[in-house]
Amino acid sequence: MLKDPEALIVRKETWGEYCLLALHSPRLARTAKPGQFLMVRVSDQPYPLLRRPFSIHARERNRLEIFFSKVGTGTAILAERNPGETLDILGPLGKGFRIARKKQTGGTAFLVGGGRGIAPLYFLARELRSRGVRPRIFYGGKTESHLPLLSKLAAQGFDVFVSTDDGSLGFRGFIGPMLERELARWLSASRRGPAVRQPEIFACGPDAMLKGVAGIADRYQIPAQFSLEAIMGCGIGACWGCVKRIKQAGRTGWVKICEDGPVFKNSEIVWEDA
Amino acid sequence: MIDLSVDLGFLKLRNPVLVASGTFGYGLEFRPFVNLNRLGGIVVKGLYFEPREGNPPPRLAESASGLINAIGLQGIGARAFCEKVLPRLARVKAPIIVNVCGETDEEYLAVIDYLNRYDRIAAYELNISCPNIRAGGRCPALSPDSTHSLVKLAKAAARRPLITKLSPNVTDIVSVARAAEEAGSDAISLVNTLLAMAVDVETRRPRLANVLGGLSGPAIKPVALRMVYQVASQARIPVIGMGGIMTGRDALEFMIVGARAVEVGTANFIDPGASIRIVGEIEAFCREKKTGRVEEIIGTLVTD
Repeated sequence: MLKDPEALIVRKETWGEYCLLALHSPRLARTAKPGQFLMVRVSDQPYPLLRRPFSIHARERNRLEIFFSKVGTGTAILAERNPGETLDILGPLGKGFRIARKKQTGGTAFLVGGGRGIAPLYFLARELRSRGVRPRIFYGGKTESHLPLLSKLAAQGFDVFVSTDDGSLGFRGFIGPMLERELARWLSASRRGPAVRQPEIFACGPDAMLKGVAGIADRYQIPAQFSLEAIMGCGIGACWGCVKRIKQAGRTGWVKICEDGPVFKNSEIVWEDA
Repeated sequence: MIDLSVDLGFLKLRNPVLVASGTFGYGLEFRPFVNLNRLGGIVVKGLYFEPREGNPPPRLAESASGLINAIGLQGIGARAFCEKVLPRLARVKAPIIVNVCGETDEEYLAVIDYLNRYDRIAAYELNISCPNIRAGGRCPALSPDSTHSLVKLAKAAARRPLITKLSPNVTDIVSVARAAEEAGSDAISLVNTLLAMAVDVETRRPRLANVLGGLSGPAIKPVALRMVYQVASQARIPVIGMGGIMTGRDALEFMIVGARAVEVGTANFIDPGASIRIVGEIEAFCREKKTGRVEEIIGTLVTD
């Protein structure tokens, strides 16, 4: 992990409450892996005081991208920042998704992103594809206008399945039921065909959504990894503020999301009443 | 060449900037960002005898220029610290000060007794002031009597200098400081966090699972500075000041009102290199003011 006090904003896209910033930061970009995150100082003023965590949305040579929605003071200020300005960032932080180093030709992965939870899955999808895995992306939002990255995902040639709470686009309802329907179809089709690799689920979104996806992964006995979100103080393991209930090596306790996560296996997460 | 060293009597520091307990992990977390050798001292996260679970989340709530925390002193315990962490700090030149915690008098003494065996520890900071452990934010530092009795016990057990860390959540900080001094404390550090809370108006729930937490950051600096001033004006033992220090000029304010050293806390979360930056800013100030020794600044408040 490194600090870049002057990461240059080189590109900005906005869609209503959603915003994407591309940052020129060669040293941080070099080692970034899907599922890792950045801590961004949104301004040099004392309020808001803390940095804000953002998962890495994409890496393009010397650039890192973040994709976020305006949910509070910090993100609202960040969304006002413009190309030509610089940001003070720390990263890449956390452990990221565990993906096999060697080629997984013929593999399939189900990537499930709710709302801004889609952010790290774009980076992950591209990384998986470079290893021969076919990502099938499930992208859910409240309405059609909450799916700003849809055309970008489609342009990359990924299989994208869309759900909206109000049915304004794609499957009407939550992302979980859509995932379950497609998963059942895929499994029955693959049983009729030649032997295939065990698929894997990767998901990011609100805890309630992730808990639903965890239930589906359990029912179909598919390994799953989840990128968790928490209020974070420092991002580097010093403040112990961002804990979740995690079971590792037979012990259950409060584990730091920033240092030991933010990605955990389904079997490690003790779901609270979300 | 500016002489940045300060003498606490029992311990000579390379410079007056320490990092505060609970904001710097066990030190190792900051190695990517900070040359630990260049710190005045490292006060590691508070240690109980046993590993400690801490409070349920949410543990943090941000406020205007401040941070409210209710971590509940989650930690690895004295044994794991001494066996696993301390050896990895062996070659760090900065003195390692261990923040000592306890649920009971016996636990404080057990932690001190255990830590006494390890040479690498330069001093103890007795944490009698964490607001996040007992119901309603209670702690021994809330009364001169309980401060006196605990400090006296700890001092008798400690084979190292003892710094007593005070709570700002009292009516008369000077009387608590005096109690610590009379009980034999070698120094006083203050302030711990200010008891605080925040509410989510949508849900009408407290924003911290613990309901109450401790406020830190720039929001508390004027209150902290006032208390350090009051204590340093009366105390015969060295005072280490802290509370919302973000810059070298913040640190200098504390030294001008009488602190011999300072601790940098919440700033470490925002800028992991803050402590070293602050050392540099103090040095630059001394150079600008043609002050050869930083100690010349201590207690130079002009009030006429």
